[in-house]
Amino acid sequence: MLPTRPPLFAIVLVSASALAYEVLLLRLFSIIQWHNFAYMVISLALLGYAASGTFLSLTQQRWRKDFPRIFTANIVLFSLSAVVCFLLAQQIPFNPEQVLWDTTQPLYLTLIYLLLTVPFFFAANCIALSLACFGRDIARVYAMDLLGAGLGSLAVIGLLFIAFPNTVLVLISVLALLAAIVGQWEMRQARFVSVIPVALLAGVLLTLPDNWTSLNMSPYKSLSQALHVSGTRISEQRSSPLGLLSIVESPNVPWRFAPGLSFHATTEPPKQLGVFTDGDAMTAITHYNNNPLTLSYLAQQTSALPYSLSTPRHVLVPGAGGGAGLLQAHYFGAEKIEGIEFNPQLVKMLTRDYADFTGRFFTREDVSLHVSEARGFIRSSGKKYDLIQLAFLDSFGASSAGLYSLNENYLYTQESVRDFVRHLKPNGYLAISLWVKVPPRDMPRLFTTAVDALEQLGTDAEQQLILIRSWQTSTLLIKNGNITGLEIKNARRFCKQNGFDLAYFPGITQDDANHFNILNEPYFFNAATAILGNEREAYLRNYKFDIQPTTDDRPYFFHTLKWSSLREIFQLRYKGGIGLMEWGYVTLLATLLQAVIASVVFILLPLWFFNRRQADRHPASSNARYKLKVFGYFFSIGLAFLFTEIAFIQKFILFLHHPLYAAAVALASFLLFAGLGSAYSRRFVDQPDTCRATIRIIRRVVLLIGLVTMIYLLMLGSVFEALIALPVWQKALLAVSLIAPLAFLMGIPFPLALCQVSAQDNALVPWAWAINGCASVISAVLATLFAIHFGISVVILLAFGLYLLASLLFPESSKRARIAPS
Amino acid sequence: MHTRFSTVLSGLAVLCLCLTNAVANQDFDAQRRTLVKEIEADVTETSLYIGRTRLNDRVLAAMAEVPRHEFVPKNVREQAYLNRPLPIGYSQTISQPYIVALMTDLLDVDASSRVLEVGTGSGYQAAILARLCRSVFSIEIIEPLGKRAKGTLKTLGYGNVEVRIGDGYYGWQEHAPYDAIVVTAAANHVPPPLVRQLKPGGRMIIPVGGRFAVQHLVLVRKNQHGEVTSKQILPVRFVPLTGGH
Repeated sequence: MLPTRPPLFAIVLVSASALAYEVLLLRLFSIIQWHNFAYMVISLALLGYAASGTFLSLTQQRWRKDFPRIFTANIVLFSLSAVVCFLLAQQIPFNPEQVLWDTTQPLYLTLIYLLLTVPFFFAANCIALSLACFGRDIARVYAMDLLGAGLGSLAVIGLLFIAFPNTVLVLISVLALLAAIVGQWEMRQARFVSVIPVALLAGVLLTLPDNWTSLNMSPYKSLSQALHVSGTRISEQRSSPLGLLSIVESPNVPWRFAPGLSFHATTEPPKQLGVFTDGDAMTAITHYNNNPLTLSYLAQQTSALPYSLSTPRHVLVPGAGGGAGLLQAHYFGAEKIEGIEFNPQLVKMLTRDYADFTGRFFTREDVSLHVSEARGFIRSSGKKYDLIQLAFLDSFGASSAGLYSLNENYLYTQESVRDFVRHLKPNGYLAISLWVKVPPRDMPRLFTTAVDALEQLGTDAEQQLILIRSWQTSTLLIKNGNITGLEIKNARRFCKQNGFDLAYFPGITQDDANHFNILNEPYFFNAATAILGNEREAYLRNYKFDIQPTTDDRPYFFHTLKWSSLREIFQLRYKGGIGLMEWGYVTLLATLLQAVIASVVFILLPLWFFNRRQADRHPASSNARYKLKVFGYFFSIGLAFLFTEIAFIQKFILFLHHPLYAAAVALASFLLFAGLGSAYSRRFVDQPDTCRATIRIIRRVVLLIGLVTMIYLLMLGSVFEALIALPVWQKALLAVSLIAPLAFLMGIPFPLALCQVSAQDNALVPWAWAINGCASVISAVLATLFAIHFGISVVILLAFGLYLLASLLFPESSKRARIAPS
Repeated sequence: MHTRFSTVLSGLAVLCLCLTNAVANQDFDAQRRTLVKEIEADVTETSLYIGRTRLNDRVLAAMAEVPRHEFVPKNVREQAYLNRPLPIGYSQTISQPYIVALMTDLLDVDASSRVLEVGTGSGYQAAILARLCRSVFSIEIIEPLGKRAKGTLKTLGYGNVEVRIGDGYYGWQEHAPYDAIVVTAAANHVPPPLVRQLKPGGRMIIPVGGRFAVQHLVLVRKNQHGEVTSKQILPVRFVPLTGGH
């Protein structure tokens, strides 16, 4: 029997668990595999929502009769499958690097998809069934769904700070079981005999042995490889939403972490501790005995260039990591050294836990380490520096494989270079070191970005740059002033001593380039001179990789793949060309393709079923034109909602300093206020002549969304600029209040239309849910693709366009429908 | 009677096994020859970047002789002669044969050369070098892997290869200097002690990239005056960077 009202608290808890599980999976797969792969797997697993909609479209009549039992069973199944499916999925020996060569790998990948889809399928069943069974309460059900999701996004981030991801997995599963008990109580079905098994199950989950839920990291991650070396062991692990930090000792074979150390180096690094983030991206904490001579190896890297030109007194090192940049500044006699590191756990290790190992260097009076994000820090800082040093902020392995090509990077944009240069003292330096890729991509792009930034500042870029490289690393030096003859002489001497090549300085000729680390052509020199010369546009156009400057609106610094080169690279995959492929981008395209194929199946299957049923039994049910409108509306709304959400989260990241906190605040605000909007929309459902009234309301809401987005698009930049120096909590409050009206409005169109659909043909409700699920998966991928190619602002404009389209496609029925009591 | 029958049966079984092995080996021989042709074709296509239109005949002969299938685990043996890297356990791989051939060729070794290899892995690269040089000294940091490679090389009769388990950063001073050095284990820098153990006129080759995807090769050369230079080599026919063919 159907209860009189939906189990709203249980819905909140299920949605919270499902969203927490989604975020957690991203964390778990980033640890056991790689981030880009994690993104693909989780995106596609969300198709479980669409699968649920499709399943219920075909079978809902059977489930409606026994709602309480089916609802509870789905929650319990979600809870169990969340743990079991992940544990099974991590046993599958999938290796993304072998996909092109090993025919079993796609099979493994499909198995992982299928396994991870299962929990989302059960969670989505709970929501979709509630929407289908409680037509009058659609707005409230949807509101609780969004509210739960918002709370889940906050809760999981909090949990990840206090517990390891595998423990959080169990906690989420138990939270879902709690939802089952709450649901039974709400539906007045709770009996001692039915609650006991669920409680017992929760007890079993909480007492699972640790080794049952331990993470099975890919054998090809750096940490797994390192652990094969005799004596190497993990001495400590710290976990947070920012990553799993593993501190690794290797007493038999020292780490010797010194990126790009000169062939001619006469010294080597002292004892070090390896620090791996998510089993990769290694950095090192270096032992220091307060004898600067032990750090002399730091003078034989390309990143030491600025110190060979002058003696910077006040140095800032954004992205401090293990602290090598700070030690380098100390070695060269800097008087005041500041580091910025966004992972507080790493800072705590350097300043407290491993203070003895580091000779208490990071707590010296002349050294300070700030927990912050570099861009936000510099924007809100009033200080000026002699040197700002950014070195190897991307890890070598990930960089060379193009794994992080789709990660936004706000440090290497025109605006960022301008911010840093503005914080240099007269004649101060900004030095940026990157790993070298062959063919060159990243450094030419950085050079273009720097030239544009300097031109925007109205200075003479040609006179302000020095570029050097070794076979492995390159360093671009940007001076707040003109490079002098003495500096050029010093740079020449530094390069000659260490076997580095000069690729640009004011007045360079081709004879100066390509002597020690020889490339087929002096690519770096050619790129630098062309970018500064008259043929710049033609050079950028013809270059095989995208080296156009990056901006805050298109902050994808490491995405350099051009469509025109993609075919050629793909054809060379078996002939040594696999290293040219940018796997992050390819994964994104693969995700989109798979999502579109799956969506076609999920959307068309019920349609075929409806048509058969219409022909057989229900000639009165909705017609093809109506279904097309339902499809158009819910697909557009699904795309538009996520386009807006994703784009604005990107915009707020810069304002709130920290990508994680920004994403948490923005995501939770969007979901919570959209939930309130949805709850508010309920008041429109009972209006006379509902359909027309609804169309009117939706059109107004869409216009308001457009108005707010346009205002934000035009004004957010200036608002952020003006208020950047506020304390973080005040900025967070401002962000919430800016998101609130937009999200509130965005929460209205979906439930309003779903109510109409429910009144017209209730069987279409799960189908609309499936369409929305498919659109959500596709939109997340499409938003990234559009942002890469056209910029984040274009994504916002597109979202508004989609809202307009949706308002035109509103599924208006042929009959004057009123909401029927369920 | 029963004993005689058993003996005949066992004899037949052994004969069958030998015949199967012989057929399999013949099959592997044919696959190896095909692989060498593939490598030759790849080299011709990539000549613009690698600076040579064909590999040294001795290198190709070594590639045609060394049984790669003996150096890979049984579960991937059938794929041993596909031109691709394969997993060999302990998070390691055996390199793509084309890359092995190219790296060997770039070392320019002859019958009198003394070669150091840092990162023995499966032992396949050492076996190829053993066919071309006087002696090969190979260091492997992962103990079980080194022991396995040592066993394979011994079984196959590569008497001029010596394998040591240990840290390769300081090379193998006892046998230095070397005419050529192969550093198969990617590092965040080239160990300067290895550069010092290179003879004047010697060459060192380093593959850069992931376990399954070599990005490029770095060829380090020390001239007769002891001056060190490196050359970055893209092992692929990628048309020029600024367009055109």
